[in-house]
Amino acid sequence: MSEPLFRLSDLHFAYDSGQPVLSGAHFTLRTGDRVALTGANGVGKTTLLHLMVGLLKAQAGQVEAFGRPRIHEKDFVEVRPRAGLLFQDSDDQLFCPTVTEDIAFGPLNLGKSWAETRMIVQRTLASLGLEGFENRVTHKLSGGQRRLVALATVLAMNPEVLLLDEPTNALDAETRERLIQILDGLPQAMIVISHDEDFLTRITQRRVRLEQGRLMEG
Amino acid sequence: MNTSASSSAMHSLAKVSHPHASITIYLPLKKGDREGFRASEPLLKTVDARLRLAACGLFALIVVGLTQIPALLTALALAGCAALAARLERAPTLRRLAALDGFMLFVLFFLPFTVPGETVFSMNGMTASYEGVLRAVEILLKANAVVLIILALLGSLGSVELGHAMARLRLPGKFVHLFLFTVRYIEVLYREYRRLRTAMKARGFRLRCDLHTWRSVGYLFGMLLVRGIERAERILAAMRCRGFQGHFYPMTEAEPVGQRDYAFAGLSVAAVCALIVLECLHS
Repeated sequence: MSEPLFRLSDLHFAYDSGQPVLSGAHFTLRTGDRVALTGANGVGKTTLLHLMVGLLKAQAGQVEAFGRPRIHEKDFVEVRPRAGLLFQDSDDQLFCPTVTEDIAFGPLNLGKSWAETRMIVQRTLASLGLEGFENRVTHKLSGGQRRLVALATVLAMNPEVLLLDEPTNALDAETRERLIQILDGLPQAMIVISHDEDFLTRITQRRVRLEQGRLMEG
Repeated sequence: MNTSASSSAMHSLAKVSHPHASITIYLPLKKGDREGFRASEPLLKTVDARLRLAACGLFALIVVGLTQIPALLTALALAGCAALAARLERAPTLRRLAALDGFMLFVLFFLPFTVPGETVFSMNGMTASYEGVLRAVEILLKANAVVLIILALLGSLGSVELGHAMARLRLPGKFVHLFLFTVRYIEVLYREYRRLRTAMKARGFRLRCDLHTWRSVGYLFGMLLVRGIERAERILAAMRCRGFQGHFYPMTEAEPVGQRDYAFAGLSVAAVCALIVLECLHS
């Protein structure tokens, strides 16, 4: 069996104020896995994704990503481009004035040249059927377009894992269908947070439920 | 192996990409997007944004330092010429200037009474001085000239173009990004404000002059502030997820400066020199 992409062991986490969010969570993500992460509102699903890429630090337990334990900020700097996190609110993700600049932001941070970045922008937009969006102003896009462009900014870094936080939330039927088609065609392993049953059945083959700070299969 | 699988999937989609596709930032002009500007392209609008910004800054800097009325009148006339060249629409431009002047008159009202000097007239026992009136006129002329030149040179620039021009002029990065982030998120914050405000209205809230109103409005702005901070944290998190480590990379390449731009730069410098000469002649 191949080396897991992510392995979380005995994670404990609580925000400053009180109630523990995770208390002994175990989880393993392998190549090709498409996992649905479910659970009640406010149970800590988003928190779990943020812990995986080091935006939050667990109080106890271990995060292992791409074959190595990750503890300090500098360990996670390497993890983040390889595990693309799609945020719930695309307005949080798209901060550059134009679509091109936003998609270019990740690759440029990874030290790619302008020429290379330009190719990546074109290629990513084309792969999502967003040709001609290069010079659109991000805050003037519709909600659906914003979500797709946000996905483009993540895919532009060529991640090995996708962490999707409610990707179909607040999308119209047409855009939702388009997003499902796109995601279904992607080769990456995925963890998907969603309350959209139909979407989860079509995209994922494994269910994990977060309850009382622990992760339960099935 | 997952990497290679995913990258090959990406490469198979690369057919439409063009290696020499140039990235120039151009904002499509939408109707109503830039109110007050006509659709046909005036010559001034084709001048490089960097030069327009630099000329604007230089002009403002010099005008603020002028003290002689003839020089100031000339400055205002020059700004007026620029406005004509930019083909600003008369009504909206005058409306903007009127708004400025209304404010300025209010601010300058007491100036003649507080500056000592030769008496011109008196009102309710207060005497207005000639020097004070002169000072007020001077300030009024300066303000109008500067605002008019800004409208003429920068008014037709989109906020994004302006941000890029600032970056290319090597203004401090923090300043440029503060500007661009403001442009990007002011609408998001405004939407949030509208949502909260509508929700308040839906529960029968009206602005009155009582403690309840003040407290509720306080909560409203407090909530906006809290949400603003939370959003800023999420944005930074999203940026870190894409490899941000505190340094921005240049986002676009500048277009080369052309003949027209040199002509514009020459004219600007000449105009500013003329103002300085006028100032020296009259002082």
